[in-house]
Amino acid sequence: MKTKPTLVVIGNGMVGQYFLSQLAESSLKETYQIVTFCEEIRPAYDRVHLSQFFAGKTADDLSLVPEGFFEQNGIRIHLNDKVISVNRANKTVSSEKGITISYDKVVFATGSYAFVPPIIGNNRPSCLVYRTIEDLEQMVAAAKTGKIGTVVGGGLLGLEAAKAVKDLGLETHVVQFAPRLMEMQMDDAGGAMLRHKIENLGIRVHTSKNTREIVAGETCVNKICFVDGEELETDLILFSAGIRPRDELARNSGLAMGARGGIEINNQCKTSDPDIYAIGECALWNGMIYGLVAPGYAMARAVISDLAGEEAHFTGADMSTKLKLMGVDVASIGDAHAKSKGAIVYTYQNGAAEIYKRLVVSSDKKKLLGAVLVGDASGYGTLLQYYLNAIELPENPDSLILPHRSDESVGLGVDALPKSAQICSCFNVTKGDICEAIEAGCKTVDDLKLSTKAATGCGGCGALLKSVLNSELTKQGYEVNTDLCEHFVFTRQELFDLIRVEEIKTFTDLIEKHGKGLGCDVCKPTVGNMLASQWNEFILENAHVGLQDTNDTFLANMQKDGTYSVVPRITGGEINPDMLIALGQVGKKYNLYTKITGGQRVDLFGARVDELPHIWKALIDAGFESGHAYGKSLRTVKSCVGSTWCRFGVDDSVGLAIELENRYKGLRSPHKIKFAVSGCTRECAEAQSKDVGIIATENGWNLYVCGNGGMKPRHGDLFATGLDKETLIKYIDRFLSFYVRTAERLQRTSVWMENMEGGLDYLKSVVIDDKLALCDQLETQMQYVIDTYQCEWKTTIEDESKLKRFRHFINSDQHDENVIFVEERGQIRPANDIERKHFRLTEVA
Amino acid sequence: MNWLNVCSVSDLQNDSGICALVNGEQVAIFYVKNTVYAVSNFDPFGNANVLSRGVVGDLKGQIVVASPLYKQHFNLATGVCLEDENVILPVYASRIENDTVQIGVTL
Ligand code: SRM
Ligand SMILES: Cc1cc2nc3c(=O)[nH]c(=O)nc-3n(C[C@H](O)[C@H](O)[C@H](O)COP(=O)(O)OP(=O)(O)OC[C@H]3O[C@@H](n4cnc5c(N)ncnc54)[C@H](O)[C@@H]3O)c2cc1C
Ligand code: SF4
Ligand code: FES
Repeated sequence: MKTKPTLVVIGNGMVGQYFLSQLAESSLKETYQIVTFCEEIRPAYDRVHLSQFFAGKTADDLSLVPEGFFEQNGIRIHLNDKVISVNRANKTVSSEKGITISYDKVVFATGSYAFVPPIIGNNRPSCLVYRTIEDLEQMVAAAKTGKIGTVVGGGLLGLEAAKAVKDLGLETHVVQFAPRLMEMQMDDAGGAMLRHKIENLGIRVHTSKNTREIVAGETCVNKICFVDGEELETDLILFSAGIRPRDELARNSGLAMGARGGIEINNQCKTSDPDIYAIGECALWNGMIYGLVAPGYAMARAVISDLAGEEAHFTGADMSTKLKLMGVDVASIGDAHAKSKGAIVYTYQNGAAEIYKRLVVSSDKKKLLGAVLVGDASGYGTLLQYYLNAIELPENPDSLILPHRSDESVGLGVDALPKSAQICSCFNVTKGDICEAIEAGCKTVDDLKLSTKAATGCGGCGALLKSVLNSELTKQGYEVNTDLCEHFVFTRQELFDLIRVEEIKTFTDLIEKHGKGLGCDVCKPTVGNMLASQWNEFILENAHVGLQDTNDTFLANMQKDGTYSVVPRITGGEINPDMLIALGQVGKKYNLYTKITGGQRVDLFGARVDELPHIWKALIDAGFESGHAYGKSLRTVKSCVGSTWCRFGVDDSVGLAIELENRYKGLRSPHKIKFAVSGCTRECAEAQSKDVGIIATENGWNLYVCGNGGMKPRHGDLFATGLDKETLIKYIDRFLSFYVRTAERLQRTSVWMENMEGGLDYLKSVVIDDKLALCDQLETQMQYVIDTYQCEWKTTIEDESKLKRFRHFINSDQHDENVIFVEERGQIRPANDIERKHFRLTEVA
Repeated sequence: MNWLNVCSVSDLQNDSGICALVNGEQVAIFYVKNTVYAVSNFDPFGNANVLSRGVVGDLKGQIVVASPLYKQHFNLATGVCLEDENVILPVYASRIENDTVQIGVTL
């Protein structure tokens, strides 16, 4: 019987595993018997995000192998077993543990190792590298006893390692042989700016330093002695001086090698032996070793195609990179060093904001050849498009790196435009069309959108549309008034900035400094809400209580008869029988009308104001907390049952919903916010109709934003796909903070985004690309709110002085005689007018 | 007119309201800029005893309360509704005597 041919993959790292996953999805899975050897003790994990290990990620979190992957796909994996020889004559591979198997095809995916410079003493204690999970474990151990850590190497990886050392709480040094940091990507000025920024973070940078030897230290474990005679005492030493391909095995089996190492491959990723391929960091293509995953993945795909008999090609990969190093945006595209012949260079440097940008342009000024961005990499996406697609540059290429001042772009002089000028190119709307619509009665951008469709496509014309509107209205003698109310001649956003920047903590302070009069039911709740968003003090503090809308003042929703509803939080809609029973008992004891809400929780209606604290005491004792149904704040995070039970679920939607609800509960916002999380694309949680909707996919979480039901339903827009949880939460943090800061009063996220100049794309550029360099602030603010969360009901019932307000009469224990219930379907409801009259008559009689 | 003691000044909340039972009637008492105002607690639009729980402030120079149910504004000194001047709340005389809040009633 002829058995299937055998395919052996040597190395189960990032690229090896990617290769296997692609293989498993192709028909080749049936063609070959697949075997892989993995030298490490665990199968492939995400090396790119290795440093997240320090942020609490476990080896499991970093794993790239779905549970059951090898079994389900019939792949045999030999863990913790290294291949020690490949005998090409016999076509066998043998491993350290003594396994020998015959192969038909071999794929080398052995990766690389961290290069340790041949310095005397480089093997002293606490001299480590940064490549595997075991390396990190050793770092953590070394950091426990040490105070100072030094990274040797100031490239991309070195700086990332420095961040890790800093996070471990050590005084951190970076020693760089080259005269600047990231010498591969940066020019001198960019490197200098980067250095400055990194030093500001408390990391000591030593450039142009040549290490002579490492010896025992006097005050630390080690001492680095430099050629120039200087010395540096340090405990931990981390080498990050580049990578070297792991080609020893291939070399020993006689495959062709590059002069400086690396297994030579052609465009099909074949080595000099047609039955042997090499992919990832061990492979040398056209004299290049690619130290990034994406090119490795491209090689893996090329091998799959070749094995399948399709035309395969790996023809190099782009090495442009953008990353955030310790909060500093850095990006480099193409020929950053302007080595191309005749290249023209433009630079922009802003010392105050610590921004440096450089463009390298072809001699005819038509094509982008390269770019360096430090401090603000928001233009990376656009520039990369210019570079990759050889798009013709605008007439003045430097406009791509010069800052756009908002006053310049808005004050475009719309009056100067002729009536025939096209304002919206998506829907071919001219200035004349807009003026007509305004004459016909349109007074707002929303009106104009409805009647002309302008700005409802890409949204790019939004700003222009607004200027046309304002200018026309002014001409017609209308005042364009965006004041919050008669007490403040500011918009909500302007007031928010004042509160934030001037650290204003009370309404009294704000109105004295920036307003007039006493305030009203518009500005008071709005300011109360902003103060809560920013400072998150207890909303019933004496200084704040008078500001709150009625529902907030009593932490409950007022019903038509003056009674209240009680809505405890039921995160993600998950509730155990005991909690359900407790709810039932409270409902029964206080004779409340109970209903399951549309938000997957239970609402208890008909509570008198004096009953509220008793009801809440009972609920809190049973483990409930406020559901904020009364506040402009996070309501519910709806969930579907997800992968835990549902046969279609691909991820734990309930778990994520609960985590998100707990994270954002209590956050005060311009309007209420609703979330939902679905476990797969069947979308049982209706996530696409929420302000924030999340749907699990095979590749991670998909994030939708700005949907809502209500009066004007709107489906959310797809914002980002395939996110891991950490990135997802980061984006939501930023999104919500930005909404809280910039939306108008009572503006849901949908309307907020639709009115935003630039719309969804702009929102993405702010949240994902950090175009406004605001994300750190936004995240910090959100973290602050999360850290200062309190259950408002718990605080209230624990404070005697606050409870005083929860009575109907200040001078009597009587109840409001106007609150009258009758029975319907076995529960109470407010009596109607006729019933009331009847009730009064019988009472009197 | 008789002045009935209702509560002490410390029972009041600055820029906010409370409700008192005075001679069998529900009176909403507000404390704004060290002055007390008293109007009926009954919201004639919502038909519920809730006005003491509204937000107080000023609009065009008049001190007002906004109904918590449907947000109509009532002038606290005159009881007149700003949205519909045909609707007028009963207004009560009120004052502070020796830290005691008093409502005037005619017997
Ligand atoms: C109880 C509940 C109805 C139910 O029996 O299912 C409900 C009840 C109220 N809704 Fe709602 N909404 C409820 C789910 C919804 C939903 C469905 C959902 O959340 O999945 C929607 C549409 C989805 C959305 O919001 O995008 C919804 C859209 C509204 C709107 C319209 C919002 C809009 O942007 O157009 C209002 C009015 C407003 O907020 O200004 C509103 C306002 C209200 C108020 C607060 C009206 C009021 O001021 O008295 C109701 C008071 C409830 C109370 O006293 O406790 N309710 N409301 C639901 C409570 C969910 C919860 O557990 O918190
Ligand atoms: C801290 C850090 C940050 C990084 N950040 C980025 C980034 O932001 N972006 C980016 O694109 N890239 C980044 N990289 C690089 C990226 O991780 C590598 O490009 C990628 O891991 C290469 O995959 P690989 O499979 O070729 O090698 P590896 O992932 O190293 O896998 C090779 C595997 O083969 C095993 N092996 C070797 N020899 C044998 C043998 N004889 N028998 C059995 N097994 C063997 C090794 O033990 C290893 O497990 C980073 C790397 C590090 C260390
Ligand atoms: S959305 Fe998907 S996972 Fe969730 S319940 Fe529906 S089918 Fe199941
Ligand atoms: S240009 Fe108007 S919407 Fe695209």
